[in-house]
Amino acid sequence: MSDILETPSDRLLAAVRGLLVAKGVMTTDEIAERIRITDGGSPAQGAKMVAKAWTNPEYKALMLRDGTAAAEMLAIPMRGLPPLGVLEDTAEVHNLVVCTLCSCYPRAVLGYPPFWFKSAAYRARAVRDPRGLIGEWGTVLPEGVKLRVVDSTADYRWMVLPRRPEGTEGWSEEQLAAIVREGDMIGVTIPSIA
Amino acid sequence: MIAPVTLQPGTKVRVKLDWPETRGPCHIRTPHYVRGETGVVERHLGNFPNPEDLAFARPAEVKALYHVRFDPKPFWKEGVAPEELVIEIFEHWLEEAA
Amino acid sequence: MEKDELPRAMHDMGGVSKFMCDPVDTEPHALTDFDREVDAIRQLLGMRKVMSVDEMRRAIEAIPEDLYLRMSYYQRWMRSITDNMLVRGVFTEEELRAALEQVG
Repeated sequence: MSDILETPSDRLLAAVRGLLVAKGVMTTDEIAERIRITDGGSPAQGAKMVAKAWTNPEYKALMLRDGTAAAEMLAIPMRGLPPLGVLEDTAEVHNLVVCTLCSCYPRAVLGYPPFWFKSAAYRARAVRDPRGLIGEWGTVLPEGVKLRVVDSTADYRWMVLPRRPEGTEGWSEEQLAAIVREGDMIGVTIPSIA
Repeated sequence: MIAPVTLQPGTKVRVKLDWPETRGPCHIRTPHYVRGETGVVERHLGNFPNPEDLAFARPAEVKALYHVRFDPKPFWKEGVAPEELVIEIFEHWLEEAA
Repeated sequence: MEKDELPRAMHDMGGVSKFMCDPVDTEPHALTDFDREVDAIRQLLGMRKVMSVDEMRRAIEAIPEDLYLRMSYYQRWMRSITDNMLVRGVFTEEELRAALEQVG
C-alpha cells in the first residue's frame, strides 16, 4: 500500500476527493462551504474575547472558568469542538502554549495555526529553551517573571489571556481588540501600543 | 461509564516510565520527555475517551484527564527550561508518588 | 538517562536536541488552495465520524521520519486521510488506482 501513499499530494487530493464524492461521504459544495467557514476564523475573534476580559471583570472570570462558554457568548461557534482553556498572564507569570506532539491550536478562536506553530523548531524549543524561542519575536520577559509553558497534548485547546498594556486606560473594547495579535494569545509576543 | 476522579489537586504523581512505541503500532499523548518524571496535579480537566483506542477506531474507555505541573529544569542538562511546564496527562499514565 | 537516548517516536519533538539550534520562521505563510481543501475534507470526515482526529494523527505518526520532515504539513494530512480511508474501507486500493488514472 505504501507506494500508492507516496503519490504526489495534489493527484492524491483530486482522486480522493472524487472517491469521497462518488461514495456519498461529502459533496464538493460541502467542501467549499467548510473552506468558507474555516477561512472566517481569525485571531480577531480571540482578540475580541481578550478586549472584553480587559474591560469586564465578570466576563474575565467566566473566560478563565470556562473558555468555551466565553467564546460562545461572543457568538463564536464552539459546538463539537474541543473545550477551550484560558491561561491568565499576571505580573508574576507569563504563559506560552505549544503542542510538542502535533499542532493542537485553539482554532475556534484564532483560526488556522500559523506556520511557525507547526514547525519542528518551535515544538522542540518551547519546552527546553522558551526564552530563547520567544526572543526570535524580540520578546523579553521582565526579570523575575515566571515562565509557564503549557504543552497541549490531549483534549483541551489553550489560549493566553495577556496583560492589558499600560497607557490604554479609557480605551473602548474595539480599540483594545485592535492591538491584540495572534502571537499575544499564544505567548510568543506581548501586547503593546508602541 | 464515568471515570472516577481519583487524584485531587496537589497530589504528587509520577508519570509511568513506559514505551509502548517499542512494542508495536500505537498512538500516545504522553510526551517522551516527561515519562518517569514527578509532578503535581493542578486540576482534573474532565473525562475523555482514550485517544490510544480512538486512534485505531476501537471502543474507547473514558479516562480522567489531569493538568499536571512539572519543574522541567532537571529534564535537560543544556538549555534554559521554563520554571513551570504543565501537561495534559491521562489517569492511566499516572501513579501516586511518595 | 539523557532524554535524547529515550526510544521516542519521531513526532514527539519536545526538547529534542537536533532541533534546538534551528531558527523559527516567524513570517506568515499563506495557505494554498490545496491546504485549505485538505483541511476542510479532514473536518468533514471528523464531523461524519469517518475518521477521528486521533486516527489521522496515528497515520501521520506512521510516516517514515525522512519523509515526514520533507513533507509539508498538509501533505502529511493528505497522506494520512488516504491511508485512513483505505484502512476503514471507505474505498479500496483498486478504486484509488483507477481514480488516480482518471486524474492523469
